[in-house]
Amino acid sequence: MMYIIRRFMLLITTILLVSMITFGVFQILPGDPVRTMLGTEADPTQIENLRSELGLDRPLYEQYSDWMKGLLTGELGNSIRFSMPVKDLLFDRLPVTMSLAGLTLIIVLTVSLPLGMFAARRQNKLIDVSLSTVTQIGMAVPSFWLGMMLILYVGMQFSFFKISGYIPWSQSVSGALSTLILPALTIAIPQIAVNFRYVRTAILEQIQLDYVRTIRSKGMSERNVMYKHVLKNSMIPILTVFGLIMAEVVAGTIIVEQVFSLPGIGQLLITAISNRDFPLVQGIVMYITVAVVVINFIVDILYSVLDPRIRLR
Amino acid sequence: MKNSQRYTKHINLIIGLLVIVGFFLVMLISFFYTPHDVNAMNIPDKLLGPSRSYFFGTDEFGRDIFSRIMQGTQTAFAVGILTVLIGTSFGILIGGIAGYVGGWIDEIFMRLMDALMAFPGIILALMLVAIFGPGIVNTAIALGIIAIPAIARISRSGFVQHRDAEYVLAAKLIGVKPYKIMFRHILPNISSQIIVAATVTFATAMLAEAALSYLGLGVQPPNPSWGRMLKDSQAYLVNAPWYTFAPGGAITILVLGLYMLSNALRDYMDPRSKS
Repeated sequence: MMYIIRRFMLLITTILLVSMITFGVFQILPGDPVRTMLGTEADPTQIENLRSELGLDRPLYEQYSDWMKGLLTGELGNSIRFSMPVKDLLFDRLPVTMSLAGLTLIIVLTVSLPLGMFAARRQNKLIDVSLSTVTQIGMAVPSFWLGMMLILYVGMQFSFFKISGYIPWSQSVSGALSTLILPALTIAIPQIAVNFRYVRTAILEQIQLDYVRTIRSKGMSERNVMYKHVLKNSMIPILTVFGLIMAEVVAGTIIVEQVFSLPGIGQLLITAISNRDFPLVQGIVMYITVAVVVINFIVDILYSVLDPRIRLR
Repeated sequence: MKNSQRYTKHINLIIGLLVIVGFFLVMLISFFYTPHDVNAMNIPDKLLGPSRSYFFGTDEFGRDIFSRIMQGTQTAFAVGILTVLIGTSFGILIGGIAGYVGGWIDEIFMRLMDALMAFPGIILALMLVAIFGPGIVNTAIALGIIAIPAIARISRSGFVQHRDAEYVLAAKLIGVKPYKIMFRHILPNISSQIIVAATVTFATAMLAEAALSYLGLGVQPPNPSWGRMLKDSQAYLVNAPWYTFAPGGAITILVLGLYMLSNALRDYMDPRSKS
């Protein structure tokens, strides 16, 4: 329990600091943000109006505490470009990004776990060495280029895939899949490469432990040794990477949505930056980061449940 | 098994160095010579395939892709080196003070670093670029800030390990100033870990620069950038696939070389760690 409380306090501190950074960096903006948003030819009354609408004429700590209150209640003010509440804009785009991230995670897990086990059981054989080499290349390829390659060699070859745009799940499940599979693969491939290495190392570490020798000598089948014992025990270190992979997947959606013209949060963020729509940028950055931090927190708690030794550290 | 690992270590080092030195030489040459003028438009020759006079073909304005790839190395190295410089100098300073001084300064510095690390890298980069604006230097500053926490963590743990060592105690006794102990005595002892981290930073900075430029928020024309070229090539994916292969391949090979080098350096400098 003490561990959970301590971890929770750390979570709160991190979120507070993240919010201060996200709020603070926009204060060092060179020049007048309102003038930058409206352009140099805006008339003074217009500037004054926007300034008081954004609350920029009040002291900094008041602005910050207002913004924080907004964060907690979900009211993040209005986007300047779309003249809509930031919240509504985010909720419109959320399903696309969530589906993409979810599908990516499923692909990463279903491919990297068996692949890592497969390679670990054939350590230093040709297939293991070549898999390790291929995964190193997978980590070096820029994800958006990978996306373009998938468009060229898969998307263009099979009429099933749509290479741009999005079809909601409610409209057609196969339609949604046809728009999401390629982008999900694009984000997944570098992550499979990373996760494959972790799985392989984790299993190799377990295999050489005494208990494995013991159950093998008792005559347990190799299949049971792997699935009932080794895999379960190696899940603990693998789970730690899971939080990291989540962060990478979320970050990956930002770029890959652009490659496949998916109307998700990433695309919204890029539009917001190009239009210098700062309240929107702040809101998106804050929510994405908090989501990642909270997921990491949950992973840490799960980890301590699975492996009680952690709590003693 | 031991032998095969040693073998990989050497292969990684040789290939990694060859790739990086190769690209570095290309960069040096590109300052004096490129086969064609980098910015000369030649519309009749647009989107030509690879040939003897255009090794990697031409782009939508008839510019030579090979020459532009050559000049792109300048941007890649400029952003990479500047990012590493910013990341390591501030990282060592913050991590060093936190680790050596300890106490509440340590707590404050490291919580701040944790918070910076909590942002997914590209998100923080996008936010900073939104504020600083695009361009080579601004991109490098944004990416450098992102690189600080990782380097700070590594140097902090190094400084913590060494601050009570006997040689530090001896230096303190004869009255060596703290900053001298930190940077002249302790830093050389932990430099190997920092060098490995800096190599990885270099690689991730290049990938991030390409991503930002692809999104149109990084390096701006007329400065050539591989990420920007990839963005432009996407419209001609079907008619001119070679257009996308050249910059994509260049990024992949250079980043792969850096990863291999960092793996090899880690294996050489820290025999205990397993790759």
